[in-house]
Amino acid sequence: MATVSAPSPAPTARRFAFSRARTASLIQRQGVLIALILLILFGALRYDNFFAAYNIASVLRFNSMFGLIALGMTFVIMTGGIDLSVGAVVALGSVIAALLTPYGMLPAIVVPVLVGMGIGFANGWIIARLALLPFIVTLAMLLAARGLALLLANNTSVGITLDPGFVWFGQGDVLGVPVPALVVGLAYVGGVILLRYSRFGRHVLAVGGNEEASRLMGLPVDRIKLGVYTLSGALAALAGVILAAQFGTGQPTEGLGWELSAIASVVVGGTLLTGGMGSVGATLVGVLLLGLILNILNFENGHGFISLSPYWQSVIRGTFLLVVVLLQNRLAQRRRS
Amino acid sequence: MAKADRTLSPAGRLPMPARFQALGQTYGAALALLALIIYNIGFTPFFLNPATVNSNLTQVAPVVIVAVGMTLVIATGGIDLSVGALMAVAGALAPLIFLNTLLPSDYPFIGIGLALIVPVLVAGAFGLFNGSLVAYFKIQPIIATLVLFIAGRGIAQVVTNGRLQNFTNPGFQYIGIGRPFGLPFQVILMVVIVAALAWAMRATTFGRYVLAVGGNEAAARLAGVPVTRIKLAVYGISGLLAGLAGLIAIAINASSDANSVGLDMELDAIASVAVGGTPLTGGRATVIGTLIGALIIQLIRYTLLAHGIPDAVARIVKAAIILAAVYIQRQRRA
Repeated sequence: MATVSAPSPAPTARRFAFSRARTASLIQRQGVLIALILLILFGALRYDNFFAAYNIASVLRFNSMFGLIALGMTFVIMTGGIDLSVGAVVALGSVIAALLTPYGMLPAIVVPVLVGMGIGFANGWIIARLALLPFIVTLAMLLAARGLALLLANNTSVGITLDPGFVWFGQGDVLGVPVPALVVGLAYVGGVILLRYSRFGRHVLAVGGNEEASRLMGLPVDRIKLGVYTLSGALAALAGVILAAQFGTGQPTEGLGWELSAIASVVVGGTLLTGGMGSVGATLVGVLLLGLILNILNFENGHGFISLSPYWQSVIRGTFLLVVVLLQNRLAQRRRS
Repeated sequence: MAKADRTLSPAGRLPMPARFQALGQTYGAALALLALIIYNIGFTPFFLNPATVNSNLTQVAPVVIVAVGMTLVIATGGIDLSVGALMAVAGALAPLIFLNTLLPSDYPFIGIGLALIVPVLVAGAFGLFNGSLVAYFKIQPIIATLVLFIAGRGIAQVVTNGRLQNFTNPGFQYIGIGRPFGLPFQVILMVVIVAALAWAMRATTFGRYVLAVGGNEAAARLAGVPVTRIKLAVYGISGLLAGLAGLIAIAINASSDANSVGLDMELDAIASVAVGGTPLTGGRATVIGTLIGALIIQLIRYTLLAHGIPDAVARIVKAAIILAAVYIQRQRRA
């Protein structure tokens, strides 16, 4: 969970245990995790069925898609870039998956991911070789991927052929854990290993920290950029496959604004948009935090004391993002002074 | 990037390919627009028909109004992702006011007047909120405006409870469907706003300050530029213009739907700015270029649709145009 940028502050003076400074530093490093635990405790104490298996499963199932795109986004952002195309790639992935279900489970999962990789690779190639800004390149790719999705789907949603394997991929369980949640779990374990223990992970942080210096040091900057955008495209398409398997249709108009939700999760997790630092685990915590807000809102309405329309969830999410960003800002300033 | 870097030849003139590139950077967008217009005059039936011209201009006006505000924000090195959501906020508030849900009043014209002013001011206040996050709290513009991108549409949905508001109110709808001198009212509004901001960027201290902040913020601050106030101002202006565009959008439709007003507008506006030749890195800006950029995107879509090409393909072409425009106009490294 600890951010992987500077060496974490060594346990300087153990005698300051429980001192105020130590608490502040704990809140700073693990603030999001603490907030998530508090939110879960609040839900568990207040609502009877909060810990019911079906509730946990449905929260995990639904947020698995956001988890995947936020993971790819974390790597892109750590290089100092941004990927606005992921929401549209989710839609494209879901359409291609639905169209391929007649040919079985394997092509319906593998081909969309390959297409997503191709789109990500194109993003990375244009950004690295033509030296255009990631923001505008991936914005254009958003339009193109959305257009392609609508074109392939003929402007409507595409029903899937009920292939049992494919449906299991979105709706099945293994030992009570939803399959999409397992996929996300594996992806994050892979992400942590990639970031902390591989050369690629070090290079990603180096490029985001100082691109010019990385280039002078002889790091393959272009290849690293190609790598992160390809990864992001692949994960977004995989989220699309899960979308199709979960809802039984490929939806060319789904995923609107998901790229910005993913960025919000990454930011809430504490990864800076300036690149050079970041944490894969913290992004997962950010995704779960923003996802739980909707769940708690639903429970609260069922509780009967207040009645808030579901529209409040975006207001609350926005406010939450604001609070987190302001707190991070304050803590960063305090650390500097 | 590197190729265009080559130094001037001894005669002080750019080598031939670089000269073409310089030409492309300066007049590329205008030439492309001209080519599009000529092509359409030649090959698209009824292109110069007043109805076609009016419908194209009517469709592009809200985009242009939002995009020129975006141009100012981008000129300071920022970005405003909240414009679409602010359109929805203004669009949700206006009917509440003139339908007398909020303020019962015996004089309908007061309601109409308030409905034209209050929502725009509210959107402007939200813009100032964005600006204060960027200027005082030093939060990156993408994140600062992401807050209202997420929360803004939610606010609009909450105040209307997500309901579609239908209305018929000629007084209010004049802003969207009025035809003084046979010209759509919002097109006149668009021209006035573009002219005013183009003048402000070219001829006023404010314009110089905006570019100075985007060019080198630290240097601008040391030189005495009121950086904080300039940032507040550009985000405020962007909010005001988004609010105005929101009113136009609902007036045309005679209905306001908080779920759909201004959806994706931030992307269209940013694309127009980029195609028009304003670099997203700040420090340089062209308001007229943004107008041209928005017209190019509109005309390409119109041309493709008029020739029977499906909308989905038109989106892909639009993506290619944006990339090509940004590539041709990319700044040579100084």
